[in-house]
Amino acid sequence: MTYEIIALYAVSFCLIVGAIFTLVGAIGLLKFNDSMTRLHAPTKVGTVGVGALLLASIIYNGVFNGGAIQELLIMGFLFVTAPISAHFIAKVNMHRGACDTPPELPEGEEWATFDLPAGDNALLEENTTSAN
Amino acid sequence: MTFATELMNYALMGAFVIVGLCQLMSMVRVVIGPNTGDRILALDTMVVNAIGLIVLMGLSQGTRIYFEASLIIAMLGFVSTVSYARFVLRGDIIE
Repeated sequence: MTYEIIALYAVSFCLIVGAIFTLVGAIGLLKFNDSMTRLHAPTKVGTVGVGALLLASIIYNGVFNGGAIQELLIMGFLFVTAPISAHFIAKVNMHRGACDTPPELPEGEEWATFDLPAGDNALLEENTTSAN
Repeated sequence: MTFATELMNYALMGAFVIVGLCQLMSMVRVVIGPNTGDRILALDTMVVNAIGLIVLMGLSQGTRIYFEASLIIAMLGFVSTVSYARFVLRGDIIE
């Protein structure tokens, strides 16, 4: 009996924390005024916000529905993929010129993001030689 | 028992309202976003909020059958975000 009451309190706490973090992320997405700054807020939604909601679901199903930890799969998947998509969106911002350019490198090198891939270099040389 | 159940019901209703509101706010950013990166980011946030809404729906109905739906939406959301960003970066998705 007390076990179930504690589980209900824990579920309520996790729901409130998840809702608050989701709201903070959405407000940050809406109110910040720079593309790279806006990238900061919604990553909190992907980790703590949905993570707390999934934790509430795990606790509720574990106590009242006889055990369920499959939600850990979703949590792990989101934790793994959130930095990758954030990295790609930051690369999009850099390539579209939506942020300050990074500082110059000392030895005349390029930043790796702006490098052409090796296949493109080979293709470029092939095209120039055939044109000549 | 009754107070704890009532508290969980209120927290569930509040979470539904707040996550739905966040979905609408991300939709506003999709419409007004000045750059392509903002739109991709807002769509990614909308996918994550949709996962949260489905988890909340399964919690309110007391079932576990929505787990597969949210897992599939998580995978499709990641793949669509990466392919959209890749299309903007390179003009092609699979080269």
